[in-house]
Amino acid sequence: MSKVRVLVGTRKGAFILSADGKREKWDVSGPHFSGWEIYHLKGSPVDPNRIFASQSSGWFGQIIQRSDDGGKTWFQPGTPKGETSSPEDRMPKGESNKFVYDTSASSGKPLTTHQWYDGTQHPWEFKRVWHVEPSLTDPDLIYAGVEDAAIFRSQDGGMNWHELAGLRGHGTGPKWQPGAGGMCLHTILLDPSNPARMVIAISAAGAFRTDDGGNSWKPINRGLRSQFIPDPVAEVGHCVHHVAMHPSRPSVLFMQKHWDVMRSDDAGEQWKEVSGNLPTDFGFVIDVHAHQPETVYVIPIKSDSEHFVHDGKLRVYRSRTGGNEWEPLTKGLPQANCYVNVLRDAMAVDSMDQCGIYFGTTGGQVYGSADGGDSWFPIVRDLPAVLSVEVQSLP
Amino acid sequence: MITVVLPPHLRSLAHVQGDVTLEVARPVTLEAVLDTLEERYPMLRGTIRDHVTKQRRPFLRFFACEQDLSHEAPDLPLPDAVVSGREPFFIIGAIAGGSGREV
Repeated sequence: MSKVRVLVGTRKGAFILSADGKREKWDVSGPHFSGWEIYHLKGSPVDPNRIFASQSSGWFGQIIQRSDDGGKTWFQPGTPKGETSSPEDRMPKGESNKFVYDTSASSGKPLTTHQWYDGTQHPWEFKRVWHVEPSLTDPDLIYAGVEDAAIFRSQDGGMNWHELAGLRGHGTGPKWQPGAGGMCLHTILLDPSNPARMVIAISAAGAFRTDDGGNSWKPINRGLRSQFIPDPVAEVGHCVHHVAMHPSRPSVLFMQKHWDVMRSDDAGEQWKEVSGNLPTDFGFVIDVHAHQPETVYVIPIKSDSEHFVHDGKLRVYRSRTGGNEWEPLTKGLPQANCYVNVLRDAMAVDSMDQCGIYFGTTGGQVYGSADGGDSWFPIVRDLPAVLSVEVQSLP
Repeated sequence: MITVVLPPHLRSLAHVQGDVTLEVARPVTLEAVLDTLEERYPMLRGTIRDHVTKQRRPFLRFFACEQDLSHEAPDLPLPDAVVSGREPFFIIGAIAGGSGREV
């Protein structure tokens, strides 16, 4: 591996940060899709130059963009590159923007209601794509997690999207409710050892797992405890903020819940708290070292009513023991008067020999570490608020 | 020819600069203009109207000849000045639109 490419989604566009393996000198390209909210970008593990981006706007809705040249140029899947109109016999354009819940009798589930903030029932409505997850084996296969919570799949490189309706139709939907950011499906983990298994997470419903390729799903929230729901240990209703896995051990999951850092050793069947000595166990991001499956990173946030780092200090916490024992990592990070947040999809690790860690803040900084978190450096300081960070390790 | 003024984000999405001109079959209604626009620029499908219901997206408005046509029926014939090309048809992003939510 000799290069890294950091994909940054922000409130006002996407940016691509590139460096060689030393990760000392960075090139910054962007903004791509200037002025649009870019909730997430992610590259295909099979074809790293193929990158998918979720572009959205409260005014104009959802757009899916794709690059086949590593982010230099972009197009909406189905639209020939550089063309504004296509011949009659080509795929109708605009289809890639179309996320319609599957209510068909054959494969769908009826549109139901979910719980609104005040406990009343509210109809399911599509808002945006929060997370795109390309397949580990097929460059044309990609999943999308959306708000209001559902998972969609494209098998043609993002041109057409179909809901895997078994999740929304699980039957517990009326007990799901939006978190502060909306009722979003924000985490999709693909099991490298079992193509039929996926884990997803929804704020605020909890984590779910499929073992049959997405046809049926079960809640995997046993062991979670949430005081904001009437039954704190209910089957669903938990505000899971993010879940991470190491590819070599897909049954071991780490979760940053609204409050509490959790761990499961059996693919979510049972969770136990591993918050240990963290200064606060509220937070959004969580990730695992590329080569050390027991090394985990979180960034504690003060509280659910004060979404900024604790004590005005930006500290990444690392556990080398799979949780419970955490050490603050501060070298190179601001340790006074810092009041940024780090959102749930805004941390990523590269797979260089010396594992790199990257995260972005709501203050527009993207920090990197080329030594597993021992020291940090700002790659950029003044981007729009960062919504997501992904990284690609390239030959 | 009908002149349509798009908001900047939709111009960039459609790869156009400035106003758009369209040949719209008569009768020139609100719906006919939007259908023609989406046919010519299919990447705009879903950005102005819902893909399925064809309802106007909530934070967009339609103006022409100093009138707000946002809530008019889709088969409303547009004013003669728009049909003749003397006045444009505006698609406007509502000032109060968008999302201010915490992610």
